[in-house]
Amino acid sequence: MKLNSFPSSLYLSLVYIFFYLPILVLIIYSFNNTQYSLIWHGFTWHWYHELFSDGALWNSTWHSFFLGITAATLATLIGSLAAVCLYRYRFFGKQFLNGLVFILILSPEIVSGASLLILFTLLQLRLGFLSLLLSHISFCIPFVIVTAYSRLVSFDKNIFEAARDLGANDWTIFFRIIFPLLWPALFAGWLLSFTLSLDDVIISYFVAGPEFQLLPLQIYFMVRAGVKPEINALCTVLFSLTFVLIVISQLILRKKT
Amino acid sequence: MTNNVVELRGVYKSIHDLEILHDINLEVREGEFLTLLGPSGCGKTTLLRLISGFEDPTQGAIFIDNKEVSGLPPTKRHVHTVFQSYALFPHMTVFENIAFGLRCQKVPAKEIATRTADVLKMVKLEKYSERKPAQLSGGQQQRVAIARAAVNRPRVLLLDEPLSSLDYRLRKTMQIELKQLQRTLGITFIFVTHDQEEALSMSDRVVVMQEGTIEQIGTPRQVYEKPQSLNVAKFIGEVNIFNGEVISQQDNKQVLVTILNKQCLAKSERSFAPGEKIHLLIRPEDVRVWGQSEVTESEEMLAATVEEVIYKGTTVDLMVRLTNHQLIAATEFFDEDDDRLEYKLGESVWVSWTPGWEVILPYEG
Amino acid sequence: MKADNSFKTFALSIVWPWLFLFALLPFGLVVIASFMGHNESNLLALPATSQNYSQLINPLYLLIFEKSFFIAGIATLSCLILGYPFAYIIARMQNRWKNFFILLVIIPFWTSSLIRTYALIAIIKAKGILNTLLISLGLIDQPFSILFTNSAVIIGLVYTLLPFMILPILTNVERLDTRLIDAAHDLGASRFTTFARVIIPLTMPGIIAGCILVFLPAMTIFYIPDILGGAKSILLGNLIQNQFITAQNWPMGAAVSTMLTVVLAALLLIYAWVNRGSKKREWL
Repeated sequence: MKLNSFPSSLYLSLVYIFFYLPILVLIIYSFNNTQYSLIWHGFTWHWYHELFSDGALWNSTWHSFFLGITAATLATLIGSLAAVCLYRYRFFGKQFLNGLVFILILSPEIVSGASLLILFTLLQLRLGFLSLLLSHISFCIPFVIVTAYSRLVSFDKNIFEAARDLGANDWTIFFRIIFPLLWPALFAGWLLSFTLSLDDVIISYFVAGPEFQLLPLQIYFMVRAGVKPEINALCTVLFSLTFVLIVISQLILRKKT
Repeated sequence: MTNNVVELRGVYKSIHDLEILHDINLEVREGEFLTLLGPSGCGKTTLLRLISGFEDPTQGAIFIDNKEVSGLPPTKRHVHTVFQSYALFPHMTVFENIAFGLRCQKVPAKEIATRTADVLKMVKLEKYSERKPAQLSGGQQQRVAIARAAVNRPRVLLLDEPLSSLDYRLRKTMQIELKQLQRTLGITFIFVTHDQEEALSMSDRVVVMQEGTIEQIGTPRQVYEKPQSLNVAKFIGEVNIFNGEVISQQDNKQVLVTILNKQCLAKSERSFAPGEKIHLLIRPEDVRVWGQSEVTESEEMLAATVEEVIYKGTTVDLMVRLTNHQLIAATEFFDEDDDRLEYKLGESVWVSWTPGWEVILPYEG
Repeated sequence: MKADNSFKTFALSIVWPWLFLFALLPFGLVVIASFMGHNESNLLALPATSQNYSQLINPLYLLIFEKSFFIAGIATLSCLILGYPFAYIIARMQNRWKNFFILLVIIPFWTSSLIRTYALIAIIKAKGILNTLLISLGLIDQPFSILFTNSAVIIGLVYTLLPFMILPILTNVERLDTRLIDAAHDLGASRFTTFARVIIPLTMPGIIAGCILVFLPAMTIFYIPDILGGAKSILLGNLIQNQFITAQNWPMGAAVSTMLTVVLAALLLIYAWVNRGSKKREWL
């Protein structure tokens, strides 16, 4: 087919430009020495200075990171256990669990957020770090399950029988066979969870409390309020961070496949 | 007390209402190389899994060293399996793979080192102990799989079609190696295959299975020369089957039968009553085909025409059609100088067989 | 066979309670809440009532629902048209840059969509890049005011969700057996026929997966219509957000959520039913 031709290349370039132009503009304007205009007024680090001296923003950033790391780690633990069970065992409700994972990935975040809000209210749990943590772990688990399961499926199933044959119990099998072979996928799952948690707006919007402010929510409010240039700098920083994380995860995943 | 290392009594196995094994009774002797032979789906792999403990019988009992093992998980039986795909742990070195079972048994490190080194020497892989499975050839991987199982000194080693994924040449080499290895290790081997040539060449005894039942157990010679049923006869090697009727039982273990309106004397271990319907089996290599000019007395022979001549290098296969339209296969060693073997298609010939090599079986509807 | 089940028991006793408590139970609560009322002192109060649902039949709400459906539909279609050729071209690439190109698609996929939505503003606003470019090229004399219109929302949705359309199609096309295309050509099919009657049907699973992954969020992300569509733009997501946070009418919000979920579940069931004959369901 016409794949290596000029029209194809042109088409690809246009779409890539579509993807990256807004971000590039953002990055460029984060260095623009002007408050509101779009015309270039000279290079400056000013907005970055403002950014780094904004205490409230640092606070939110730290909160988001801490939440992200904790949620990702716990989600990875629970998700890996679930994936191994789905892969190795038969149990009551297995088909249901399968379907549930599928549904959870697709279900609209707004419904999840609202439902968790109702749950926490009923449990009389005050909205804050704990409600956020429980919610974030919950929406990350299905993604870890899918990532880990896809990797598990590529194993030769016989190695588990061979291990049992040689005298290993399920714990030994998990720690000495499954885990060493699975950890790249678990790492990818962790990174995915971390990113999802860091970027989450919708669910956090519903279950966050006043004391534990999160970065994406703060950005959301800032954008609605119309305060601009500092946001450009902030977005640039976050974008670079995500970029680095992705490259790392892809490198690790590629090496181990 | 017998020295049967494994025994199965009255074993049945069904999975989801499908009967896989039916009334299996088997004794495995210590130190023997026993092969379970049969086509795909005959239950031989299931039988292996019953012995290793990955499945439980629906009915019946299994004994290892005279102790009943039903309900005992694989981890607790002194029986190890070599899987068809070898199932080596890809992230561990050869050494770690072999040592795995020993580590699970909490054997002290020094002993692990010596035993592993010993078994590596036996499979001739001493220099490969630090390699990973992906760096080994198929044959080497298989030897590691065997070593990994054997180092634990099991009572029986179960091998599930370990040679099927190898190419022809390697298979032949590995067959010899496996046999030698079994003698060196001194462990009882239970070997599963669908390849009858493999079974015949490697085994001390062969268990021929069909559709979940054991058709016959015997040495390779016994199952080949004295099949006890049509299934066995047909599965192992080629065979020509004539239908006939008994005229009378003779002395000296001989029976007078009539085949295609010709009378002949046949050797038989069994006795038959007059009028009983029988099959007469004769293998192609025991069939003799004679040209019109070579034969003077043809009353006891069967008339046929040549339908196909297949030259195979060492042998010539002939397909000849009898007057009753039955097709008979004959195999003769090819001798360049012997113009007896230059047959033309459509030529009229006479068919007979070497007396004493036939097998008489009761008629199977 | 009495195998040691302790690992399995341990694992399941963590997984099941968690999923029950934080996935199943909350949703059940939403459905229950949708049948309740509320007053000044209680967010949710008995007695049970179906007034929320009867209020939903109100044309105002139906209009919002229709509009969300419509906008999500257009966004999905746009993603499909834009994304399919893109995914196809990349999937069929043979050179060593292919992984790099795929990485370039994954990066936006992982970047916060809030940031990317915000980035769009600079491009499409009245004094934004797009207008400046068009004016300087002489294509238009007055700037388009796209911002704060439905078109802006659609552009925002497409911009955010396009990778979700591309990636499933990409994996699907990669698994396409090119010999089938060769066979079609060999039998005399034109390029168009091959495309329509061989390639499209074979990549249909990827297409459908992509459409679902775009359509569902498109109906419910509230910050995109909020930022790009302004106060006028109320879609389902905004409605729910509004009911829970601003209007403090939780039962109503729950009712809308339930109805939304029912519609989406119906779509998924149709998808599952269409796929019922095909091989084991694979996660993306």
